[in-house]
Amino acid sequence: MSALLEVQGLSVEFDLKDGTVSRVIDGLSFQLEAGRTLGIVGESGCGKSLTALAIMRLVPVPPGRIAEGAIRLAGENLLDASEARMREVRGNDVSMIFQEPMTSLNPVYTIGDQIGETVRLHQGLSRREAHNRAIEMLRAVSIPAPEKRVDEYPHQLSGGMRQRVMIAMALACQPQVLIADEPTTALDVTVQAQIFDLLKELQQQTEAAVILITHDMGAIADMAQRVVVMYAGRKVEEAPVDEMLTNPKHPYTSGLIACVPHLEADPGPERQALMEIPGVVPSVAELGRGGCPFAPRCAEAMDRCRREMPPETSVGEDHTAACWLYLDAGEAV
Amino acid sequence: MTAPTPAVPAEEPVVIEVERPWREAWRMFRRNTAAVAGLVTLSLIVLVTVLGPFVYPVDPFAPTGPLLLPPGEQGFLLGTDQQGRDLVVGLLYGSQSTLMVGAAAAAITITIGILFGALAGFYRGWVEEVLMRITEFFQVLPPLLLAMVVVLLFSPSIYSISIAIGVVSWTSTARLVRAEFLRLRELDFVKAERAIGARNARIIWTIILPNAAPPLIVSAALSVGVAILFEAGLAFLQLSDPNVMSWGYLISVNRPQILEAWWPVTFPGLAIFITVLSVSLIGDGLNDAFNPKLRQR
Repeated sequence: MSALLEVQGLSVEFDLKDGTVSRVIDGLSFQLEAGRTLGIVGESGCGKSLTALAIMRLVPVPPGRIAEGAIRLAGENLLDASEARMREVRGNDVSMIFQEPMTSLNPVYTIGDQIGETVRLHQGLSRREAHNRAIEMLRAVSIPAPEKRVDEYPHQLSGGMRQRVMIAMALACQPQVLIADEPTTALDVTVQAQIFDLLKELQQQTEAAVILITHDMGAIADMAQRVVVMYAGRKVEEAPVDEMLTNPKHPYTSGLIACVPHLEADPGPERQALMEIPGVVPSVAELGRGGCPFAPRCAEAMDRCRREMPPETSVGEDHTAACWLYLDAGEAV
Repeated sequence: MTAPTPAVPAEEPVVIEVERPWREAWRMFRRNTAAVAGLVTLSLIVLVTVLGPFVYPVDPFAPTGPLLLPPGEQGFLLGTDQQGRDLVVGLLYGSQSTLMVGAAAAAITITIGILFGALAGFYRGWVEEVLMRITEFFQVLPPLLLAMVVVLLFSPSIYSISIAIGVVSWTSTARLVRAEFLRLRELDFVKAERAIGARNARIIWTIILPNAAPPLIVSAALSVGVAILFEAGLAFLQLSDPNVMSWGYLISVNRPQILEAWWPVTFPGLAIFITVLSVSLIGDGLNDAFNPKLRQR
């Protein structure tokens, strides 16, 4: 099966205030097929959201720029596309759901206007047709009484409802690729599950490819077939989701999985302390100093880790990691 | 109804009627008594201005009685001025130029202000640099002097006066709009708008600008008041349209006799005061109407 979306060697650079250039995404590659979900995980500041913006060509220029690589959507390299072509792509072929449903809707327009706007922009529907499409979409995202809700304003809706509206907006043109940037982070747990169920259901209907950006390993297990783990702008590990969760190779991935709190009916007299990965993600100014960026936080770091950047290595069937621990076992790919 | 009434009413879907933003603003506005008084007063002034010339179809410059007749004598309710003109007629016709100049100048102020502020705040970078330096240039010029120069360049008319006032007073609006754009352009719904493929023009005018409307509306109301005062000031300096009666003109021509006759100066002055006051009260009310902190009370 050929890939619908192919990101190859993507690098994004930012000009810093002191005149230096920081490579905040470095050589990122992944592929995605129609109807499948790819999870991108990592802590805040790992370049996950920036990857999403880069795919939509919305990296703020200046200070940022896409330095190299290719982003192919059904064979077309979006990095060579004109701005006018990109406006056609955005919302129509590739669309995005944002993290904050509370602030991602425009307070001065009704939700019907906002959902309808996408189809009016891309499909040239009339106001009335767009209004009907908005009602249809609200029904598709299971909002009760869509004929009434369509004329309401965002402040009249709860957070979960707003995220449904965002999804309705994003899917109104039946995009081939949907990027969900932490779509449930701002919602409470029960609503999270509903939103994920909704996304899965709609994905089955539309055959859209989904990129799910999150730091929630539980969400990944629930939604994705394949996972890319990012750290400091680099892909450190990639594998199918079961393999990743049961057999993580990179110490960072193991750390992320170990950090997920477990529910126990009887925690016993001594509660297990929550795991954490010591230290923090390096800031943009600290990137590109040579060596593995995770080395300062890694329990298994060796001398070599601090000197040389580990290349992407095959560590199993359809499983790669960028870590010196495995370089003897596998081969650089 | 034959069915017994249940002790606990069946659960009804809770329908919360939430007002649309403009309706809510109007409700807040109505709660401000002073603002409503201002609105009523201004409406009366506008009504009188529109209807006056039909009720009293006379030449406001033509003398109709003895010079400097005190109020109430010989049927002249407010007396006459130093050329024997009925002050009622003068006030009636003078309000035309006052209101027209006030509205036109405010419109010019807002238009230039929005244009400069929106483009500077949205595009940032060199566009902002250039536009804001121009704004600062206009800010440091003494406004009255600049307005006088503009009026004299084109010879005084309703149009040149409106333009002059607009040209000297748009800077604060521009800075206000720019500040709003700087704030709003970073918000998620603006980013979301880009993500659905909207072009910049659309984002500026239909996405960000409506969100900047509340402070702009307040500022517009206040700039009407400022423009009216400015017009009176220019007229007082003899810089008014010679073919159009105005309150400032009345004050100006009757000023030398102020010690013998207080009325030809006082009544137009009061008219200006009341008009500007009602405009300001409306501005205050609008400020309340759009202030989210006051809404819940």
